[in-house]
Amino acid sequence: MADVALSVRNVSKKFRRGEVYDSLRDLIPALAGRLTKGAKSGSLGEREFWALNDVSFDVAQGEAFGVIGHNGAGKSTVLKILSGILRPTKGEIAVRGRLSALIEVGAGFHPDLTGRENVFLSGSILGMSRAEVRRRFDEIVAFAGLEEAIDTPVKRYSSGMFARLGFAVAAHVDPDVLIVDEILSVGDLTFQRRCIERMHEVINRGSTVLFVSHNLQAVADLCQRCVLLKKGNILKIGPSDEVVRSYTDSLQERRRVDVDADVVVESVTTRTPAGEDRAFFKAGEPIALDVNVVARKDVDKFGVVIDWFDDRVWNVFNTSSSRLGLAPLSLRAGERTSVRINLQLNCGPGMYRVGLGLVRPQDQFVYDTWPAAASVLVTSDIDIKGVANLYPEFKFGAVTRE
Amino acid sequence: MTTTAELRVNPYEHGRWWMLRLYDNRELLYTLVWRELKIRYKQSVMGAAWALLMPMLIVAAGVTVRIAMAISAGKPVAWQDATSVAVRGVPWAFLVAAIRFSSVSLISNANLVTKVYLTREVFPIASVLAQFADFLLSTAVLFILLFATGTRPEWLWFWLPVLIAQLLMITAGAGMLLSAASLFFRDVKYLVEVIMTFGIFFTPVFLEAHDFGRWQKSVMLNPVAPIFQGIGDVIVHHQAPDPLWTLYSTAWAIGLLAIAGPVFDAAEPYFAESI
Repeated sequence: MADVALSVRNVSKKFRRGEVYDSLRDLIPALAGRLTKGAKSGSLGEREFWALNDVSFDVAQGEAFGVIGHNGAGKSTVLKILSGILRPTKGEIAVRGRLSALIEVGAGFHPDLTGRENVFLSGSILGMSRAEVRRRFDEIVAFAGLEEAIDTPVKRYSSGMFARLGFAVAAHVDPDVLIVDEILSVGDLTFQRRCIERMHEVINRGSTVLFVSHNLQAVADLCQRCVLLKKGNILKIGPSDEVVRSYTDSLQERRRVDVDADVVVESVTTRTPAGEDRAFFKAGEPIALDVNVVARKDVDKFGVVIDWFDDRVWNVFNTSSSRLGLAPLSLRAGERTSVRINLQLNCGPGMYRVGLGLVRPQDQFVYDTWPAAASVLVTSDIDIKGVANLYPEFKFGAVTRE
Repeated sequence: MTTTAELRVNPYEHGRWWMLRLYDNRELLYTLVWRELKIRYKQSVMGAAWALLMPMLIVAAGVTVRIAMAISAGKPVAWQDATSVAVRGVPWAFLVAAIRFSSVSLISNANLVTKVYLTREVFPIASVLAQFADFLLSTAVLFILLFATGTRPEWLWFWLPVLIAQLLMITAGAGMLLSAASLFFRDVKYLVEVIMTFGIFFTPVFLEAHDFGRWQKSVMLNPVAPIFQGIGDVIVHHQAPDPLWTLYSTAWAIGLLAIAGPVFDAAEPYFAESI
C-alpha cells in the first residue's frame, strides 16, 4: 500500500446537546445556583453524546475516499476534525502535506466586494499566498466562467455564479489532501460535471481526496474506498460499491406494522432476478421487487401500484397491476401474499426511490401508500446523464464535399 | 505531484508561539485588514473621511467641555486646552473603535470560524490593525493641524511611538481576550459598549490627571491613563511622561499581551462548537 496521506486514529468527539450558557447573565445565576445546591455534574453528563465514537481509518496517498451516512452520522464532524475546525475529544489525526477543506463554497466571500477582490480574499483564507492567487487568477476566473462579471460585487451574482466562483478558488489551491463536503448540491449540471472532472484531475495529479456527499452516484464514481458511518460509529469500510450497497440497503427500513389500513404493504425487497438481495444495479440490468402484502380485514379486489422516483422526486415511471389489465387481488383478514414485480432498469445512473401503493381499481380508493419503500442505486459503465438510458449508438458518415 | 511532505500528527496543536503563527499568516492578516478597510470605505459615501469623523467628534466634545469649564471657572479659554484635547482625543477614538470591533471579530466572522481552519488570532488582530490604519490617517491630519497652529516637533516626541506601542499592545491583548469571551458569552459585547462609553470619564482625555483632584491616583490606575497623560505631557507640557506611571502602563501592555495569547489558545479549540 502506498504511503498514508491521512490517518484518523481512535478519534472520538463529544458534544453537548441542549442548553449551553451563552451569556454571563445566565452563567452567573447558574454558577450561584450550583454553589448553593451543590454540583449536579451527573445531569450535565446526560446531555452529552458521542458524535464520533472511536473512529479509525487511513487514506492512502493519491486515493479518493468517500464518507457516507445518514444525517447526523458524524460525516461533517469527521471533516471538521480533519480540517482543524474542531478538535477531537480523544484520539489523534495525522496529515501529510497541505490540506485544504472545501466545507462551504465561497467561505469568506463578502457581498460588497467584487468577484476579483473576493478571489483574493477567499484564496488567502484557504491558504494561498497573494502571489499564488495573482498567478492563477485568470485560470480561476476562466474555470468559474465569470470573465465578464468579475468586477461586479458578489451580491449581484446569482447563487450559481457565487458557487462557481467559490469552487473555482478552492479548486486551485493545489492541496496535497483535498476535503470536499456536499458541494455538488449547488450549481447546474454542467458545473457539477466540471467539479467532478476537477476532482478527477486533482486525484490524477497524485493528491488525496476525501469526499462527503449524499450523492451516492458521485461517491461511487469518484472514490475507490468508502466508510459508512452510523451514529458516530463505523458501520462498514471498504471498496465503494460494497459500502454504498450496504448504505442503500440500510435506507430500506423495514415497514412498521402499525399502519392503520385494511390491507398493507408490509415489506419490499429489491433483488436480482436470481433472488439475491441487492440495491446496487447497472443501467439496463433487470431488477425484481418482492412485495409482501398483508390484509387486516377482508379486502375484495385491489391492485398494486408502483412508482419510480428519481433523486429529485420526479416521478419517472408509474403503473399498476390493474392498469396493465391484470386481475385484481382479494385477501381475507389475516391472509398475506407476495407480489413479484420484474422491471428492466432502462435508467440513467442515479439514485432512485421505489414507491408502492394498494388501490381499489373501480373507484381509485387508496388502501395504503408507501412513497419510499425502497432505494435503488443505478450506475452505468458508459458516461450518460439523465433519467433514461436510450442505449446510444453513434455512427459517423463519411466526410464528403459538395 | 509526488509529495515528500512528512506525516504530521495532530497538525492543529499549537506548536508555535502565537505571534510567530501570526507572522506565518501575515498575508492572511494583511488581506483581512484590507477587507475591513475596503468594506468600510466602500459602504460609506464619505470614504476615507469616515476615519476622521469619529476622532473629530470626540475632540469637538472635549473642547466643548473645556470651554464650559473655563467659563464656569471664570478663566479665559486657552488655545493649549484645545491642543491637549485633540492629541489625546484621537488615540482615544482609536482605542474605543479597536476594542469595539475586535471584541466582536470572532462572532462577526462566525462563518469562517466554523467552516475554515485558520490561526484565529488573525480576527481580533486584523480588527485592531484596521482601526490602527484609520488612526494613522487621523494622526497625520492632526499633525498637519498642530504644525499649522504653531506646534513644532521636538526630541521629546520620541516618547510618542513608545506610548502608542503600549496602547496598541493593550488594545490587542484586550481585543483578543474580549473576542474570545464574547464568543462564549454573548452579553460581553454590551458590557464592552458600556465600559467604552463611560471609560472616557475615568481616563485623562478631556482633562489632565491632576484635574481629577484627590482621585488622580485612582484614575492613573486605569491601565491606559498613563499613556494618555503621557501624550499630553509630551506635546502640550513639553515634559517627559512620569517614569513610574510609564513603567506601570508598560507592565500592563506586556502583561496583557502575555496573558491574552495563552488564554486565547486554550479557548480556541472550543470556538467552532460554541459559537
